[in-house]
Amino acid sequence: MREYLLGNVAIAKGILEAGAGVVSGYPGTPSSEIVDYLAPLAREQGVHVEWSVNEKVAMEVAIGASWTGTRSAVTMKHVGLNVAADPFMTLAYLGVGGGMVVISADDPYCHSSQNEQDSRRYAAFARVPCLDPADPQEARDMTLRAFALSEEFGVPVMLRPTTRVSHARADVLVGTPTERLAGPQFEKNPARRVALPVHARPLHVELLNKQAGIEAALEKEAWNRSVVRSEVGVIASGISGLYAEEAIAGMEAEVSLLRIGTYPISRKVVGDFLEKVSRVLVVEEMDPVVEEFVEMVAKERNPDVEILGKRSGHVPGVGELDPLTVRDAIAKMMGLPPRAAPTMSPQVLSILPPRPPALCPGCSHRATYYAMRKAFGKDAVYPNDIGCYTMGVGMGTVDTCLCMGASITVGAGIRFGGEERPICAVLGDSTFLHSGLTGLLNAAYNGARMTVAILDNSITAMTGHQPHPGAGRTASGEPSPPIHLEDICRSLGAGLIETADPYDLDSTIETFKRARDHPGLSVVVAKRACVISDIRSGVRRPRLKVDEEKCGGCKVCVKFGCPAIEFDGKVAKINALCSGCGVCAAICPQQAIEVVK
Amino acid sequence: MRTSECDVVVVGVGGQGVILISEIIGRAAMLAGLSVRGVETHGMAQRGGSVLNHIRVGCSYSAMISPGSADVLLAMEPAEALRYAHYLSPEGVALVNTRPVMPVTVTTGQASYPSIEEILAPLREVACEVKAMDATGLAAKAGSPQATNVVMLGALAGYLPIEEATLLQALSETVPARFLEINRKAFELGKIEVE
Repeated sequence: MREYLLGNVAIAKGILEAGAGVVSGYPGTPSSEIVDYLAPLAREQGVHVEWSVNEKVAMEVAIGASWTGTRSAVTMKHVGLNVAADPFMTLAYLGVGGGMVVISADDPYCHSSQNEQDSRRYAAFARVPCLDPADPQEARDMTLRAFALSEEFGVPVMLRPTTRVSHARADVLVGTPTERLAGPQFEKNPARRVALPVHARPLHVELLNKQAGIEAALEKEAWNRSVVRSEVGVIASGISGLYAEEAIAGMEAEVSLLRIGTYPISRKVVGDFLEKVSRVLVVEEMDPVVEEFVEMVAKERNPDVEILGKRSGHVPGVGELDPLTVRDAIAKMMGLPPRAAPTMSPQVLSILPPRPPALCPGCSHRATYYAMRKAFGKDAVYPNDIGCYTMGVGMGTVDTCLCMGASITVGAGIRFGGEERPICAVLGDSTFLHSGLTGLLNAAYNGARMTVAILDNSITAMTGHQPHPGAGRTASGEPSPPIHLEDICRSLGAGLIETADPYDLDSTIETFKRARDHPGLSVVVAKRACVISDIRSGVRRPRLKVDEEKCGGCKVCVKFGCPAIEFDGKVAKINALCSGCGVCAAICPQQAIEVVK
Repeated sequence: MRTSECDVVVVGVGGQGVILISEIIGRAAMLAGLSVRGVETHGMAQRGGSVLNHIRVGCSYSAMISPGSADVLLAMEPAEALRYAHYLSPEGVALVNTRPVMPVTVTTGQASYPSIEEILAPLREVACEVKAMDATGLAAKAGSPQATNVVMLGALAGYLPIEEATLLQALSETVPARFLEINRKAFELGKIEVE
């Protein structure tokens, strides 16, 4: 059956076609829609689908399932693999039972990420195979192949889509779901499942010995195909291969092309191609993984070949590629002029107002930041974290953002480093449950004098509203006991713990002042449902309006930054985006904002 | 050589229903037996930010349209039309909703919003043809300003290598039944606007 599918949905369908019994993950753009798609189908398909609390946990759940013989998949974004790297690296030694696929979605150009990290490096680091799809069809096909390959060699297999594969749509040929394997059972086998040194040493040898077989098995895959047309060639991986194919077709150029779709790359495939060309351009996004490999193989097979790519400056080393960039790289190799990409003059574009992503109208984070800054002042240090709330960077309460959970730990380090000013670390509820718990425990244990604000909107908002243990339900909609952040913080050793409703601005300011004045570790849980969740569940609040007689045009409300508040040159106005949070009414010095009756 | 029958860049602001346009065109292309590719903005940029989607009908390469090669720039918002005008091919057509959505940089007074004419003038220099319309107003006339995206789809219809009846079938399969009448009307108003 052919369907118009998002890349991530094509992967999800591939997982069902493969008969997987367990799928786990932690949300992260561009990977989230795989579990999002599967979760509502979990019950009818008889698959356990979960949003785990972080990527390490998700990976370990998938490993346990695999060790019962059940096929399993785990999803995350590239930086999530850093969190899951510990089990991932040793799993390669211990091996899988049922086929296990690790899906790590990369984000060239950092569309929605803090770095451009190449998961292919991780696959090589762990010595596990990696499949690099170019489009949604390959993503689905490779998912199926990955499960089989995993079982064939007893290793986990990485599937590594990029943003433009995960979030692409295409007409995709899919099959029907397969029923999961019956009668799974964990078989005791300490030599294979217990990573004691005495077991790890032979397992490492075994892993190295598997490599040649894996390379040979992948060599014949259609994803590594070549067309020889002339002595000038291109070697391109994943989506770059598709760009190169289109560029060559568009130019009607006599250029040979080798597409690489699987890792470890076959020495034979690359060597055979190199023998037929005198000049070759290597095209890939992110790290020069293929380029380095080509340089190595060329020494044996064709030392005279001229290798162009990132090192020669033909292909950019950062950001993402597109068909035109690849076309111009090929043109440059051939000594042809670039097809001048049209650009608008900066003068023309300068009339356009920037449109950065912003906190939603009525978002409680904006109110929390406002209250926090009132209590702590502009001079305090505000370590921040990963979530919607990082977009509050313009409000003066976001001083750092490193990785998930780092607000508390970095804040503690700033204190121990000698900083004397107040410190208020900020992170969201999902991030706190992901990796803030250990940081808070550490801060309490080691006596960090600081405040931690948990912005609790009871959902993982930024990635598309996935539930977490505070939400009271699982990914597949089963009820679960909602945990209380305050109770956790108390158990972890925080001294003062208070809850505030950010829509009640005055009381939130007072709460932050008490937290600021606490001589040890204090926590403020700023609790308010995400305004998008409210809208979806039918919560409607009366809108607000400005009394133009009373408005003095001071712009205090305008500077608050809510997209629902505009300024017409004289007075403020509230537009149709207003969600009725009422916080602007509380900050107006003239009491000129009131509820529409 | 052309590598796609029709390349459309759809731009707008997060929340304007840009993805629905891609879904309807994709479904229609499949009904017409054409290969189709698309790519969408998800994640961070969606929160009131500027969004850019690509749709390629009759294409079996990647979903990415290169600057300078879009046959149509379908803009749900005027400032966004100019921001992405460099995607247009010299023969390309810009279909522009003239109803602005003020970015937070304007509402907070850090930047100002240009007049529609200031936006359309440079656009006319790069596009072969610019068709500007108050799609939001037309959608309201059809029954709901939410149907602005479908007004724009109606305006686009004549430029796609897909029969109108097929697009309407895809529309009826995509939008909820209770909104179908409004959406059909919105489609029709958009179509008439560019005729």
